[in-house]
Amino acid sequence: MLRKIGAGDVSELFAVIPEKSRLGTDLFVPGPETELEILAYFRNLARENLNLEDYACFLGGGVYDHFIPEAVSTIPQRSEFYTSYTPYQAEVSQGMLQAIYEYQTFVCRLTGMDVSNASMYDGATALAEAAIMACDTVDRDEILVSRAVNPSYRATLATYVSGMGLRVREIPIRDGVTDVAAMAAMVSESTGAVLLQQPNFFGCIEAAKQIGETAKAKGAMFVVSADPISLGMLVPPAEYGADIVTGEGQSLGIPPAFGGPLLGIFATKMKHVWRLPGRLVGATVDTEGRRGFVLTLQTREQHIRRERATSNICTNQTLMALAAAVYVSALGRNGFRQVSNLCFQKAHYAREQLRIAGVEPLWNAPFFQEFAVRLPAPAEELNVELLRHNVLGGLPLEAYYPELKDCMLLCVTEKRTKQDIDRLVSVVKEYVQQQVRAAHI
Amino acid sequence: MFNSKYEPLIFELSAEGRSGVALPPSDVPETKAEASIPREMLRQDLPLPEVGEVDVIRHFISLSQRNFGVDTGFYPLGSCTMKYNPKINERVAGLAGLRELHPLQPADTCQGALRLMYELSEALAEIGGMDAVTLQPAAGALGELTGMLMVRAYHERAGEGSRRVVIIPDSAHGTNPATAVRCGFEALNVPSNERGTVDIKKFKELLGPHVAGVMLTNPNTLGLFETEILEICDMAHRRGALMYCDGANMNAILGQSRPGDMGFDVMHFNLHKTFSTPHGGGGPGAGAVGVKKTLQPFLPSPTIEKSDKEYRLNFNMPESIGRVHSFYGNFSVLVRALAYIRANGPAGLRAISETAVLNANYVRSRLLDDYDVPYGDRCMHEFVASAKRQKDENSVRALDIAKRIIDFGFHPPTIYFPLVVEEALMIEPVETESLQTLDAFVDAMRQIAQEAREDPEIVKTAPHNAPVTRLDEALAARRLDVKWTPGG
Repeated sequence: MLRKIGAGDVSELFAVIPEKSRLGTDLFVPGPETELEILAYFRNLARENLNLEDYACFLGGGVYDHFIPEAVSTIPQRSEFYTSYTPYQAEVSQGMLQAIYEYQTFVCRLTGMDVSNASMYDGATALAEAAIMACDTVDRDEILVSRAVNPSYRATLATYVSGMGLRVREIPIRDGVTDVAAMAAMVSESTGAVLLQQPNFFGCIEAAKQIGETAKAKGAMFVVSADPISLGMLVPPAEYGADIVTGEGQSLGIPPAFGGPLLGIFATKMKHVWRLPGRLVGATVDTEGRRGFVLTLQTREQHIRRERATSNICTNQTLMALAAAVYVSALGRNGFRQVSNLCFQKAHYAREQLRIAGVEPLWNAPFFQEFAVRLPAPAEELNVELLRHNVLGGLPLEAYYPELKDCMLLCVTEKRTKQDIDRLVSVVKEYVQQQVRAAHI
Repeated sequence: MFNSKYEPLIFELSAEGRSGVALPPSDVPETKAEASIPREMLRQDLPLPEVGEVDVIRHFISLSQRNFGVDTGFYPLGSCTMKYNPKINERVAGLAGLRELHPLQPADTCQGALRLMYELSEALAEIGGMDAVTLQPAAGALGELTGMLMVRAYHERAGEGSRRVVIIPDSAHGTNPATAVRCGFEALNVPSNERGTVDIKKFKELLGPHVAGVMLTNPNTLGLFETEILEICDMAHRRGALMYCDGANMNAILGQSRPGDMGFDVMHFNLHKTFSTPHGGGGPGAGAVGVKKTLQPFLPSPTIEKSDKEYRLNFNMPESIGRVHSFYGNFSVLVRALAYIRANGPAGLRAISETAVLNANYVRSRLLDDYDVPYGDRCMHEFVASAKRQKDENSVRALDIAKRIIDFGFHPPTIYFPLVVEEALMIEPVETESLQTLDAFVDAMRQIAQEAREDPEIVKTAPHNAPVTRLDEALAARRLDVKWTPGG
């Protein structure tokens, strides 16, 4: 090979690197290791974590412990899919392109929107991109975001818009939902986007229609970040006037994986398709008239439009979109409804049992699969007790909402059995009684 | 090689009453949804298909057989580093203790995950010659956004918020200018010189008090090392600008040279390129960002810190640019990247760049008789050939050659990028391919050049051996069909 190149040895090929910036020594990194050693090393790391296979998980807040059917896990492990690149060369990428076209259709059917892109990074970045797209569309510079939107989404939004001269204002919460009156007072002719989460961070169902109508009466775009599993039960956001629907798609057959990879859902109305960020798959025909699929409207994107692109996104979360497509396909109309309903049923049972055990719900608004409660002592302390009983407790809320001291957000998915819930309730009950006794001494 | 059987859409396989999954009935007393949720919020119709499990599986397996991956064949896609994805990485990423983890579980219940991220950060900092690393960005472009927002924060703290321009070479990836604009900067192009590298004279003219930073890829997208990199960084620094390295091409210099030692202040790594994590059909990737000490206070929150024997997430970062992800980034991708680094070790990482550069130069040398390579006498890990000769002499374009190479069982090279080369064919053979594979690819490319001279129609009508023939992209844009509709 060197002879063909006309080089004496490999180091000649690196002679172009200036002497001063050449690495004189070996890198200080671990290895080399054989497969056997790597497996042992990572097994040890894995053992240092408590995992959801061994604990009944009542944690939500953006990542959910839903059941993943085996048929769904197996497909994204097909290496024809996972070792492929972005399907720019459509003729050799028909499999992935068709799967994404099906994914786009599923997103449209769940949300009621006209067009879905091929995915964003996660729910947080999808919402941030939607806010930017909305402000661009109506040429305004203010974003109103409900304080009941996931705190990490709001933090990501703040980062994303920080360079773009857009202002973010937060709409206050009232009784666990967005304060509609406060929102109506805040929205103005400079508001480009009103951002809502449905169900919101506390699991409560928002009066979305009223908020959407108020936003649109002032000419702002209405953006809804929706939990796709809830859409097995709740009306599609298009029906209450959403202009853009985003969401976290991890619930659709993707493992929690310590928070990534996730799946950013992004869908809008056809009239805004030219402003859509990210990739889009469209159907077409080949020279023999057979149906086929390609990436389309690429002139929106950075590799063509460069500084005038609708977003800088390139790599997305395609494999996760594939997983979601398989998940929705496998569950189908009845299975999807059933998952949605099981979450709803079990969460309502859990909240009622906790109430009977002496733990009051924080709010009375209708909810889906998450709910907040107020405890007689710090939530972290209860969680330590729950862990002793192989239960991963809820999310302590004070770090995100300082006024919600001793409050906890609990999530109950279809994976939790009555037995799991009863165990949670009995530990909580015991804990509450201890606190009461302690208070009396 | 491919499954050419027409595969219906999943919706076309649906029949009422079927489902691919059985779920247990509810084991709790029933709550009536109508009693709890306002009726107008309850959904009536759920228009999803109804397909049995075996048919769902056959459908997606059939689709997988209509898809090309690194595991099915050679993938010399320039700028994308389509190397082999070691299977052990999939195994460790799938361990329950690394996959069935909730990102919000208490820190003392996920010490292994935090340690893993800490160790990967340390390794990447060492590899890039940086002082600190964030793993939060989910992809290269998000890494760029993170890095450039830090550049912006740095200038603002110094009272130099008026620096509003970022210099970017005309050969750069599209994400660079798109990112600069997202950070509130104006993207200013610096042209390449006749050697294909940054025109340093023009660069000097563009540098001014309004310049916040420079985004460079080294080696650049022509596969050429920016030999004047030390001067470029020095000039930028003297004018108060920071240097951003797009690490897309790290595979060329792993263990040979570090962006931090060249003078870059901030860089991103594409773990899905250099560190062997699968591309997943376009994602997920991971775009870890390394910074020098000067930028450390601005890193996204939370960072992972080690104290005595405990790892923790630090949210207390007053100067942070904030969050760029719902949680901590694409964790499963990070697991694979660390496995790859540990598998290779110091000598192995160095051998990767040596073999990648050797392979690229070999393929380049063997193609010189048949294709023009307008820039450079040698290349780093990739090179950009041109089909200008074929276009001028036989009206065969880069697109045609790309489609024809499919018939030989190879994935096409990147085409029409970088923009500075006419009819560009950007070829990156990577280090994991054997000499036999490289030779077979070269032979096929040479045969195509011959066909272009003798039988151009066969090239222009390619592919002939794919699940579909050439697809009408113009029609797709003109008659937009982006979702299935019944009877549509």
